[in-house]
Amino acid sequence: MSRRLAVENLQRAFGGVQAVRGVSFVLGAGEVLALIGPNGAGKTTCFNLLNGQLRPDAGTVRLDGVDIVGLPPRRIWRMGVGRTFQITATFASMTVRENVQMVLLSVHRRLFGLWNPAAAGFRDEAMALLERVGMGAQAERPCGVLAYGDLKRVELAMALAGDPKVLLMDEPTAGMAPGERQELMALTSSLVRERGLAVLFTEHDMDVVFGHATRIIVLDRGQLIAEGTPDAVRADPRVQAVYLGGAA
Amino acid sequence: MSFYLVQFLSGLATAATLFLVSSGLTIVFGVTRIVNFAHGSFYMLGAYLGWTLVERWGSTPLGFWGAVAASALAVGLLGALMEVGLLRRLYRSPELFQLLATFGVVLVVQDAASWIWGSEDLLGRRAPGLRGSVDILDQPFPLYDLVLIGLGPLVLGLLWLLFNRTRWGTLVRAATQDRDMASALGVDPARLFTGVLFLGSALAGLGGALQVPREAVNLHMDMAIVVEAFVVVVVGGMGSLTGAFVASLLIGQLQAFGILVFPQITLVLVFLFMAVVLVIRPYGLLGRAEDAPPTAASPGPPLVAAAGAARWAPALLLALLAAVPLVAGDYALIVLTEVVILALLAASLHLLIGLGGLVSFGHAAYFGLGAYGAALLVKHFAAPMPLALAAAPLVAGLGALAAGWFCVRRSGLYFAMLTLAFAQIVWSVTFQWYGVTGGDNGILGVWPPDWAAGKAAYYWLTLALAGGALLLLRRAAFAPFGYTLRAGRDSTLRAESVGIDVRRHQWLSFALAGSAAGLAGGLYAFSKGSVFPTLMAVPVSVDALVMVLMGGIQTLSGPVVGAALFHLLETEAMSRTDWWRLVLGAIILVLVLAFPKGVAGFVRDLWTRGRDA
Repeated sequence: MSRRLAVENLQRAFGGVQAVRGVSFVLGAGEVLALIGPNGAGKTTCFNLLNGQLRPDAGTVRLDGVDIVGLPPRRIWRMGVGRTFQITATFASMTVRENVQMVLLSVHRRLFGLWNPAAAGFRDEAMALLERVGMGAQAERPCGVLAYGDLKRVELAMALAGDPKVLLMDEPTAGMAPGERQELMALTSSLVRERGLAVLFTEHDMDVVFGHATRIIVLDRGQLIAEGTPDAVRADPRVQAVYLGGAA
Repeated sequence: MSFYLVQFLSGLATAATLFLVSSGLTIVFGVTRIVNFAHGSFYMLGAYLGWTLVERWGSTPLGFWGAVAASALAVGLLGALMEVGLLRRLYRSPELFQLLATFGVVLVVQDAASWIWGSEDLLGRRAPGLRGSVDILDQPFPLYDLVLIGLGPLVLGLLWLLFNRTRWGTLVRAATQDRDMASALGVDPARLFTGVLFLGSALAGLGGALQVPREAVNLHMDMAIVVEAFVVVVVGGMGSLTGAFVASLLIGQLQAFGILVFPQITLVLVFLFMAVVLVIRPYGLLGRAEDAPPTAASPGPPLVAAAGAARWAPALLLALLAAVPLVAGDYALIVLTEVVILALLAASLHLLIGLGGLVSFGHAAYFGLGAYGAALLVKHFAAPMPLALAAAPLVAGLGALAAGWFCVRRSGLYFAMLTLAFAQIVWSVTFQWYGVTGGDNGILGVWPPDWAAGKAAYYWLTLALAGGALLLLRRAAFAPFGYTLRAGRDSTLRAESVGIDVRRHQWLSFALAGSAAGLAGGLYAFSKGSVFPTLMAVPVSVDALVMVLMGGIQTLSGPVVGAALFHLLETEAMSRTDWWRLVLGAIILVLVLAFPKGVAGFVRDLWTRGRDA
């Protein structure tokens, strides 16, 4: 397993609130790492620190050994870190296919063409990606009218279009029906095997987490309190106390 | 020393008026989120009404102040009327349509005022009991201005009490912070908005009526004050009363002392100041990020390239247009030449608004830069027309590149105000740099050479060049360049996270739009044979906006349709009646109320519906 992402002692405060304090972990190719924790634990902040949307107060993030702290999101994306958002972000005025084509145009640095229609560029590649995530039939629909679960899949196709080494998925199955969730995560796992991807995801649905993660890290009030295989984390008394609460 | 003190005091007096007007603007904006262009018209109406009433009653102090108060109340009622009759129907329309509607009101009020009071400047009588002046360190200072100085803080205090000590004021503040929450609390938004429009307009009317003893009442007061009030509101922070007060004070002083230090660039100074403030403090002095208006254009449905027979529509239209000189006379050709030029201007603005969601209030700057670039080359270097026409888009493009670098750093209304600031700066330089530009005498004798001098020949030339540029803009909209611009508008977050440098792309689009507008300006210069500073003044920017909005921002043909419609209406109205503003304003109001998606959008909807049925 080759190490893709190495995070060390990440810190970030908002005003007086220390949202992330001293988080360190590694993520290797072929891994599906779940980042879990109660609401407000700092999961999304962590994600934003990793892809450059927020700048950490301290700490390092290395991608294949290169420090990426301080780089803007678009640079980090070009280095191979893809992302899907907790609240989906797509291009609402474009069709599903055009959304993916937009990413492919960016990958191939064809954003400044003034003459040839954008809708003709990388059409087959876009369709192949959409077929892969099960959105082929809806390729010509405007993104603005899609159901939420379908938008999540479009986001996945857009992230894959960047051919990432590391994929950050913030609540990838939120808003989906239970069957859909398992399907999407099964798809993710098979993509990891095919492409040697490294996936980091957050999720509230414990069935999804324990069914698909190869490893789990647990965040509470900005700090990592546990790390290990699903079985080890499930048995960890600190996790049960903090995260699962009395219910477990 | 005493001289400076007097200068300082007169700055305070200016600030008081500015504050009255801009406080009304900021209150209305805070609650309704409507950028009310007609606010300046209410100020002007306040001045005219004040003049009439002061003439009648103003011989006693009671009569004078009664006249001022009555004018303010009457204007407040007009504002409430506008809310009930017009704005209420538009709260769900795109913000730009609300803007367009208030601009229609501006035009109607202009002509109504001209019809009632005539176009001559009106000098009002001075305030009884306050006619004299007091000596301040041996310098005379008008007593009336001292009263004004006291009035500013007084009104601020009263407004503070209103908003913090009354139930109504608390509701207004709640609605300012969260409209949805306020209506969830059982507040009837319609009544609240009517009240707010009443208050805001009354403040404008009060400011206007108070000007009667100080300056001549005329028909240009509306645009002059509304632009300044916008500057105050933006500098102070949108929706912040205290911010408006502080900004009024600063700008009043800037004007009072600016004229001493930089007499050459007085007109620029205020806008320069605003630009600097916005670059340093993105939301104004006391504004908060969450009060910032959202980006003006909401993402529309996907742009669909015309399919089937409709694909040939542009080519067919071009062929038809090219054949017009065979049947039409010179006058029709002159008008049509202007239509084609304005279509290019509107289309270049549409690139920013329709695709980028970037609403520019100052697009005339680049039209004017192109026109002046060409004219200056002809005048100072005797350049031949082809060279001058080639330089036009270049000069304007470079200007847009420089201004755009600042403007794209802000979004929404702040972007709009920065573009306005740069347009005003360019306009003032042109207006005041007499030696080079000829000031308001303009540059004359910019005629095409013999081969292009005939009306038909110049029309064909315009059609070829502007048509080519329009084709390029159209291709660019469907090409990756246009898609990337839309991507940044739809979701900056997503665009940045798939490798798109949104700001840089907007910057380049700004330059592209600027140079297209510059080509239009160059063509315009040679079609008229002259250029004047008015080419880059606010009304031209507004005209361009109206054309884009009239046609509808969601279609690429919209700006072309809008330009044709607007210019033909304007020309037709102007040739038939002196009250063309009234006619035009009324037409705009009807269009806005009847076609909230613009004319081209309406036709497209009809077309789609017809096809689907």
